[in-house]
Amino acid sequence: MAQIRIENVRKDFGSFNAVKSSTFTIEDGEFFMLLGPSGCGKTTTLRMMAGLELPTSGEIYIDGEEVGMKPASQRDIAFVFQMFALYPHMNVGKNISYPLRSQGMPSAQVKKKVGEIAEILGITDILNKPVGGLSGGDRQRVALGRAIVRDPKAFFMDEPLGALDAEFREHMSEELRALHDRMNATTVYVTHDQLEAMQMGDKIVVMNHGSVEQFGVPQDIYDWPATKFVAQFIGSPSMNFLDFNGMIGKGGNEVSLNDVALNIPKSIDGANGALSFGVRPEHVRLDDAAAYRGRVKATEYLGTTQIVTLETANGDVKARVASSDAVNVGDQTGLSFDARTITLFDAETGQALRSQANEGVLNHG
Amino acid sequence: MSFSVTEPSKGTKWLAGALVIGYACITLVPLLWIIATGFKSPTDSIAYPPVVVFEPTLEGYVNLFTERTRATPDMLEAAGEPQTWYDEIVRERGTVISGPSRYGERFLNSVIIGFGSTFLCMVLGTMAAYAFSRFKVPLKDDLLFFILSTRMMPPIAVAIPIFLMFRNLGLNDTHLGMILLYTAVNLSLSVWLLKGFIDEIPIEYEEAALIDGYTRFQAFYKVVLPQAATGIASTAIFCLIFAWNEYAFAVLLTSGTAQTAPPFIPTIIGTSGKDWPAVAAGATIFLVPVMVFTILLRKHLLRGITFGAVRK
Repeated sequence: MAQIRIENVRKDFGSFNAVKSSTFTIEDGEFFMLLGPSGCGKTTTLRMMAGLELPTSGEIYIDGEEVGMKPASQRDIAFVFQMFALYPHMNVGKNISYPLRSQGMPSAQVKKKVGEIAEILGITDILNKPVGGLSGGDRQRVALGRAIVRDPKAFFMDEPLGALDAEFREHMSEELRALHDRMNATTVYVTHDQLEAMQMGDKIVVMNHGSVEQFGVPQDIYDWPATKFVAQFIGSPSMNFLDFNGMIGKGGNEVSLNDVALNIPKSIDGANGALSFGVRPEHVRLDDAAAYRGRVKATEYLGTTQIVTLETANGDVKARVASSDAVNVGDQTGLSFDARTITLFDAETGQALRSQANEGVLNHG
Repeated sequence: MSFSVTEPSKGTKWLAGALVIGYACITLVPLLWIIATGFKSPTDSIAYPPVVVFEPTLEGYVNLFTERTRATPDMLEAAGEPQTWYDEIVRERGTVISGPSRYGERFLNSVIIGFGSTFLCMVLGTMAAYAFSRFKVPLKDDLLFFILSTRMMPPIAVAIPIFLMFRNLGLNDTHLGMILLYTAVNLSLSVWLLKGFIDEIPIEYEEAALIDGYTRFQAFYKVVLPQAATGIASTAIFCLIFAWNEYAFAVLLTSGTAQTAPPFIPTIIGTSGKDWPAVAAGATIFLVPVMVFTILLRKHLLRGITFGAVRK
C-alpha cells in the first residue's frame, strides 16, 4: 500500500519527447486512471513508475522512497499487461506462483497462497490447465492472480481490458473495481477509453502529447475541463464549442454571441479576443422563446434521449434532449444554455478561463 | 488477390501426394543405394549392370572396422578354426584380422567436434541473438551485417590463412581447434536465425518476470529460453549438419588425432583396393547420428510452443 508521487518526470526516446515534465500524486489506496489517446505518453509514464523504462529526468517516489532508477524487481509492484503475458510454458498455478517463487517462499506456503488467490478469482478449477487454451476472461483472471498474489505496494495495469470482447469488458471492469475495493491497494490504470476511466477511477489524469492536461476526480474533469482537449476527449458526444470574438471584464458574467447576451459563471481574470463558449450537449435546451437561434440539421435517436445537431451562427451545436420532444430537420428554434455550466476557453491556447465555478479544480500538470 | 479456403479436390490431393512421393523417391535413391552397397560383396558392388537383388553380407562392415593382412594357406592352417563370425568372413578372402581400423576413433572425433561446436555455437549464438534482439547495441545493423558477411565467402578461400594461424597457435589437428573453427563458421547462421526466433517472443514475458522479482539473466533463461526452444532446436540441427559434414577444413587441418570421419572415409578406398562396400558402410554409419538428432528434435521443431499465450 503506497502513495506514489511523480515529480517533473520526463522521458525522451532519442529526439522524440514522449513525456514532458509531468507532476502528480497518487494517494494511498486510490484507483487512479491515466487517460489519453494513443501515443500521449500514458503507457510510458506507467512503465517508468514500474521500472520498465528509466526516466530521462525527474523523480518517482513510492512511499516516499525515490525509485526512479531502481530495477523493476526491487520496487515491489505488480504489473498487468494488456496482452496478459502469461508464461506460455507454465500452467495456471505455476504462473500465479511465479512471483512467490522468486522470493524463495517455501512451497507449502506458496500452495496455500495460490489456493487463496484462486478462490478469490474463482479459478480454482483451472489451476492445473495450461494457459494456452484459456478464454480471454480466464487469462485476465490469471494475470490478476499473478499480480495480487504477493501483496505488492501497488498495481499497475496497462489497458488490461483492451484485449477482451466488449460485452465481457464491462463484467471484468466491475470485477476489477470490486477486487480493488477488497484489497484497497493503490492501483494505476492506463486506458484510452474515457468511459472506463470515468466508471472505475477515483481520480483521473488526462494526458495529451506527453503532457498532463488535467488531474482530478472524474466529475470535476467532466464538468470543468481545464483545456479544450479534455473537453473534447471526455464525454460523448463531446462538449460544444461556439467560437466568437469578444471581451469580458474582470468579474463579468455575460458574453455576447452574435449579438445575443448569454450568461456565464463570473469570470475571474476577464479576457479579450478569440474565445470559445463551451457547453455540454445535456446543458443545451431547445426553447422557442430563446434569443439565440439555430436550425436543426440532424437528429440521432438514442432510446431515452436524442442528440440534435443544430446549425448556428457560431458553428454546429449538439443538444441532448428527451426523445419524446418532437424535433424535425429544418426547424428553426431557439437555444438556451445552462449558465452555471458554461466554460470559456481561450481559442488560441485552448486553456479554460478561470471563473468562479471552475476555480480550484483546474489542476494543470 | 484472394486465397481460396475451400478443401482441395480429390484429384488435386492425389496429384500433390504423388508429387511428394515421387520427389521423396528421387531423393532417397542415392541414400538407399549407399545403404544397400554397404551390405554387398565387393563383386556385387561394382557389377554391371548393377544388381538390385543380392545376397547380403557384413563383409563391408567388417572391413570398415578392421585392418587385415593377406595370409598364406599355411598361416591360415596354423591359426586354427575361426573364432568368431567376423573371423570367418575375412578368412574366406584369405586374410586374417591384424587389428582394428581407425574408423571408430575418427567417428568419435566427428561426434566430439560436431556436437561440441554445436553446443558452443548455441550458447554463444543464443546470448548474442538475445542481445541484438533486446538491447540497444551501437552500430547494431552494421554488426549484424558484418556477422553475416563472414558467411559470404567459400570456406576454402580462408583455408590457407586459417591453416597458418592454427599452426602458429598450435591448434592444427586438435579437437579444440576444430570446435573453435566450426563454432566460428556457424555462429553467423545461428545468430541470425536465433535473432529471428527471439524477436518473435513478446518482450512482455521478460518484463513480467522482471516485475515478478527476477533478474534480467533469470528472465532470460527461465522465460525466454524455454520459448526459444523451437528456434534453438532447429538452429542446432543446421549447425550440427554443417559441422558433421564439413570436409574442406577437416581435410586441410586434421590428419591424425583430430581427424573427422569425412576426410577419413575416402582413405578407405586407397588402403586396400577399391573397397566400395566398406566405404558405403562407413557412410551409412556416418549418417546415423544426424538422423537420430534430427528425429529427436523433430518434436520441438513442430510444436508451436507459444500458441495462444499472448493475444495479438
